[in-house]
Formats: sequence, C-alpha cells, structure tokens
Amino acid sequence: MSQQPATAAIDIRETSKIYGKDRASGVVALDDVSLVIEDNEFFTLLGPSGCGKTTLLRLIAGFEQPTHGEIVLFGEHLEGLPPYKRPVNTVFQHYALFPHMTVAENISFGLEMLDKPATEISSVVKEVLGLVQMDHLADRKTDQLSGGQQQRVALARALAPKPKVLLLDEPLSALDFKLRKEMQVELKRLQNETGITFIFVTHDQEEALTMSDRVAVMRDGLILQVGNPSEIYDRPARRFVADFIGDINILKGSIVSRDGSLATVQLEAGHQGEAGLPMNAGSLGQEVSVAIRPEQLSFVADAAKANLSGTIEHISYFGSGFDYAILMPSGEKVMLQIQNRGGENLAYQLGDQVHIAISDNSMQILTD
Amino acid sequence: MGSGMTDQPTTHIQLSSSVVAEAKRLRNTRYALLAPGILTIFCIGIMPLSIVLVYSFLEPGDFGGISWVLSFDAYVQLLFEEDIFDETLSFTTDYIQIFLRSVSLALFTTIACLLVGFPTAYFIATQPPARRNAWLFLITIPFWTNLLIRTYAMLLILRDQGVINLSLIEIGLIDSPIPMLYTDFAVCLGLVYAYLPFMVLPIFASLEKLDFRLVEASYDLYATRFKVLRRIIVPLAKPGIAAGCILVMIPSLGAFITPALLGGGKSLMLGNLIELQFGQARNWPFGSAIALVLMVLVMLSLISYLRFGAKKGTPAHG
Ligand SMILES: Nc1ncnc2c1ncn2[C@@H]1O[C@H](COP(=O)(O)OP(=O)(O)OP(=O)(O)O)[C@@H](O)[C@H]1O
Ligand SMILES: [Mg+2]
Repeated sequence: MSQQPATAAIDIRETSKIYGKDRASGVVALDDVSLVIEDNEFFTLLGPSGCGKTTLLRLIAGFEQPTHGEIVLFGEHLEGLPPYKRPVNTVFQHYALFPHMTVAENISFGLEMLDKPATEISSVVKEVLGLVQMDHLADRKTDQLSGGQQQRVALARALAPKPKVLLLDEPLSALDFKLRKEMQVELKRLQNETGITFIFVTHDQEEALTMSDRVAVMRDGLILQVGNPSEIYDRPARRFVADFIGDINILKGSIVSRDGSLATVQLEAGHQGEAGLPMNAGSLGQEVSVAIRPEQLSFVADAAKANLSGTIEHISYFGSGFDYAILMPSGEKVMLQIQNRGGENLAYQLGDQVHIAISDNSMQILTD
Repeated sequence: MGSGMTDQPTTHIQLSSSVVAEAKRLRNTRYALLAPGILTIFCIGIMPLSIVLVYSFLEPGDFGGISWVLSFDAYVQLLFEEDIFDETLSFTTDYIQIFLRSVSLALFTTIACLLVGFPTAYFIATQPPARRNAWLFLITIPFWTNLLIRTYAMLLILRDQGVINLSLIEIGLIDSPIPMLYTDFAVCLGLVYAYLPFMVLPIFASLEKLDFRLVEASYDLYATRFKVLRRIIVPLAKPGIAAGCILVMIPSLGAFITPALLGGGKSLMLGNLIELQFGQARNWPFGSAIALVLMVLVMLSLISYLRFGAKKGTPAHG
C-alpha cells in the first residue's frame, strides 16, 4: 500500500506508540498510523491537545522508538538510529535554546557537531541569521531576547545544518496574534526558499489552513483525514474534522440517491440538494449528518429562491462580520455568517423571519 | 521603585525635611533588622579571626598560650630555621614542603571527588523525583556518624590485616599484604570518603535545575553523548562544580583527623602542623601564623578564580 518510491520524504508505516507496558494499562499515543509525506512539502499535523502530534514528531526525530511499525526517511530505515544520526532537526515548542551560548553560538552548534570547517560554519551562520533577520543580534545571549526573537533563533539553529526534514512543534503558540501572523508568512517563505520538507504541528486550524500544502487531522492517536486545506475545509469526511476546523452547521438528512462521490440528500429542515459523499459511506435512505459552513449560507429576500427559512434568534458581531443564529421550524438551528458591509446588516434584526439560500456544492455528508 | 520618585519633584521643597526624616527612619529600621546577622558575622567570623591575627604577632608563652610581646618570629619561622647555638637564620623548605604536600593532596582529593561525585550527582539527578530523595538520603547517611569513627573504620579496612589485604591474600592474588595504610594514598582515600558529599550535593543541585530538554535539543543537533556532556551539561553545571570543588578543597587543605590517623607520622598536613603548634609544641603564635597564611592563600586563589575563571567560564566555540 505505501509503495512510495524514494521521493517520499517520510514514509510512516503502520506505526504505533504505546507509553507504558501494553495497550490495556498504558497510553496509546499513536494507533497504527500510516502516512506518506512528500519531499518539499509543507505538511501540517493538526489536532486537539493530547492527540499524539508531539509523539509522532518525537518518533521521527528519534527521541522515542515506535512500539510497532517503521519509519522510512528518503528510503532509509530509521529504526535504531539515535537522534544525532538522523538528518532531521526540530524546532521545539519551548525553543530549548542553550542559555550559556550566544545567538551565533547556538546556530553554529549543529554545524560544529557535524565537524564542518570553520569557514563554512561562519558563512552558513551568517546566511541563516540573514534568513531569519537576526543579523544584528548575533552576539546576544539567548536569555536577553524577546519571545519572537528566540523563536527565530530556534528556527535558525534547526535550519543551519540543512536537515532533510524540519520538524516544528507548535513553534508559534507562544507568540501574540500579530507576531504570529508575521511568522506564519516568514515560515512559509523559508520553506519555499530552502526547499526543506517541513512537518509543522499546530492545534490552530486557521494556521494549518493558511500555511500547509497538506494537513493531517488527528484525534486520539489516529489520523482521521489527510488532504490539502480546501479538501479538509470544504470536504471534511468525518464529523470531528468538520467540527474541529472552523464553525460548521450540522443538519440531519437522509440519502435520496447516490452517484459516486455525490449524493442527493433530503434535509429535515426542508431543502433537497446535492452533497459530497465520503468514500464508501452512506446507503440509500440512510440517515446522515450534512455539514454546511456558515459562510455558505446567505439571506435572500425572495422566498422562492430560498432553501431554508427561520427566525433570527441571536446576532453576534466579531469585527469583520456578523454571525446570525437562526431557528428553523424543524427545531434545528443554523449559523449564518456574512461580511460586515456597513448598513446592509441592519436589515436583519433579532426576531425577524428570514429566508436563506445555500450556495452550490457546499453541502457535505459526514461519517462519525 | 518608580512609584515613590515620580511625584516628588513638584512638592520637593516642602517635603524635603520630612523626606529626610523618613529616609533616616528607614535606615535605622534596616540596621535594626540586620543586627542579628551583623552580630553573628562579628561573633563567629571577625572576632576569632582577629584573635588569631593578634596572636600570630606575639611571642609564645612558656607553657602554651602567648606572652604579650610584639614579634614577627612566627612568620620568620615559616621560611627560616634558627640555629640553636648561634641564633643565625638559615633558609629551610621544611614547612614549604608541608604546604606543597597539603596542596597537592587536597588537589588530588578534589579531582577524585569530582570524578566520582559528578557521575553520582548526574545519576541521582536523572532518577525519577520520588527516588532522588532516597538516594540523597543515602549520600548523607555517613554524616550521622562521627568522622573519627568513620576514619577508624577506614583504617581497619586499609591496614595490613584489613579486609582488602586479607581477602586478596585469601584468593591468592598476593602473598604478602600491600602496604596501604600510612601512605598518601590512604590519606587521599580518607579525604575523598569524608568530603565526597560536599561535591555531590552542590553538583546535584545544579544538575537538578538543568533543563534536560536542552540535552535532547543537542542530541537533535548531532551531538554525541560525550559532546553533550562537554558542551552542554558540564558548562551548565559549572556553578555546582565550582562550589563542590571549593567545598572539598578548603577543608581538605586543613584536614587533621584523616592525615593523623591514615597518614601516620609521615604524611603531615597543614592541619596536623597547626594542631601540633597548639598542642605539643606549645607555640600558639606559630600555629596562628600558619593558619593565617593558609587562609590568605585560599582567599587569593578563590579571588583569582572568581576574577579570571568565572569570566572565561562561558565556553567559546571551537
Ligand atoms: N512520556 C510519556 N509517558 C506517558 N504518556 C505520554 C508521554 N508522552 C505523552 N504521553 C501521552 O500520549 C498522548 C499524546 O501525547 P502528545 O504529547 O503526543 O500530544 P500532543 O498532540 O502533542 O498534545 P499537545 O497539543 O497538548 O502538545 C497523551 O495522552 C499524553 O498524555
Ligand atoms: Mg505537543
């Protein structure tokens, strides 16, 4: 199944990690995970706390050994290789900068350990410092840096030895919103410039969507879905994935007809339409959950064009837009989101009876 | 600190007298609070030391003690020997040799303590927290027994009919006992045994604070075990290592029971020399002078360590 040629950066084959004695008494941090990450990919592991993201990175870096399975890096089996023999570097969540060394010494550490010649070390250090825009602070001690600066040093230190794969464990979680945005752009740029495969861990869905080539959504040691950001966002296969990535309306319905990856569903709320169908899911007449993103709904004045209708029960304002909670006759509630365009929004008030249209191709059937 | 200062300039003139009074009151309270500390330092630090200092510049009394006559003989005696008949002085290295032997024995002891103590401390620091206390407890158990008793025990182990020699003869490795007692080796062993906890405990304290995630980070950056030790662990444990070395070196220099029992008459150390002056030789000023010279030397080496050693302490790359 995972007959990937040597181009795959990382091939994780049916790998499990159990902390403790066995499945029953220990913690199953990774449960029979298989995953192929391509060369030069910006790959993100996304999932709630405790789902095994860090564990997966630690297995790749070599800090932990898999209980079952194997990991292959560019065709090379990693089993038994200690961390210092793997061409993989980590940017730790807590940075783990060496406090007794300056910024430049931190960055040159890996190169020194690889016994690179001094001239090469100094030129690489210079280059990497430039890459993360820290040239002016080369001689500072690392405990005299701000959080964002420390983050850059951690990044530079991991990049300097030119690893084949860079592992980043929630490197941005300690930063404030603005700095975080900046660093997201910068990370993406660095990945493009260096061509190194990035495996990035986050539990921030927005971060995952904006930065990644592909995302793996994890829960309880399992990988639920792997795909590019739009597949993950627009075509979530599982209820958990849909729920975890942004706001979503989940409505009850049943399958009327099906055709490959599409099905016609009848919503309890009234509308009948086409919805995406996950692989080998759903039989005719089956009760299913149908997901619709709040921004795929819009108000329409004309009742004839409406797919759903209901009363506005709640309005919340979040700066760039409004969320409307609408109670439908079926007893279900939907969330509708529209952009803030000044006066237009004032047309819809609490208690108003409204008609709603669903955009084309925006419904998706979920499995549990 | 800012709060008291920011609003003062405007009301400066009117308030100045009361501000001064307030400052004075504060200063008085501070001294009152510091009094116990100052008193302690004076009573157990400065006063005895002053007595020793004064005594070293007096003449010995006939039956011990001192007689109140100013004299530099005690210091002269350290380097020169007085001929009993014509009272001429000739240079002697007797005491210098005892100094050097003491220093080298203390150095060996410190190095041995470091070589044994560091791995021990590392081992304890890497145990799960619950088990650490048990290990620390074991390390401190010997303190519960008098040093004299423990040194006698060491004597029983090392002597010709001791455990080591008897068992070696029993298994046929040797025919006649290896003389171990009354050698520098025995003294060193005794000192290492006595002062090892003083090395282990401070190193443990700094290793316990060490963030082992840094060790992981350096493994990740291609450092082998030995390089991690040399580049990360030792530099970060340096304060503990320095404290341990000082805590072992200084009492070893002045040790007295151990060399007396395990070194016999041959391995005289400074501690024994000083004891001799206050005991049999009844030359208190000379004993005081040796003690002071020892103290000054220790102080000078500590100061030079702090001035030069500590600054170089941050390892440059390469
Ligand atoms: N050394 C360990 N011993 C026992 N259990 C562990 C150990 N490390 C992790 N676990 C458990 O394994 C599971 C996965 O942990 P992991 O650190 O991989 O989660 P994570 O996805 O990185 O979470 P977070 O987002 O909070 O960092 C958790 O239930 C955790 O309690
Ligand atoms: Mg984690």
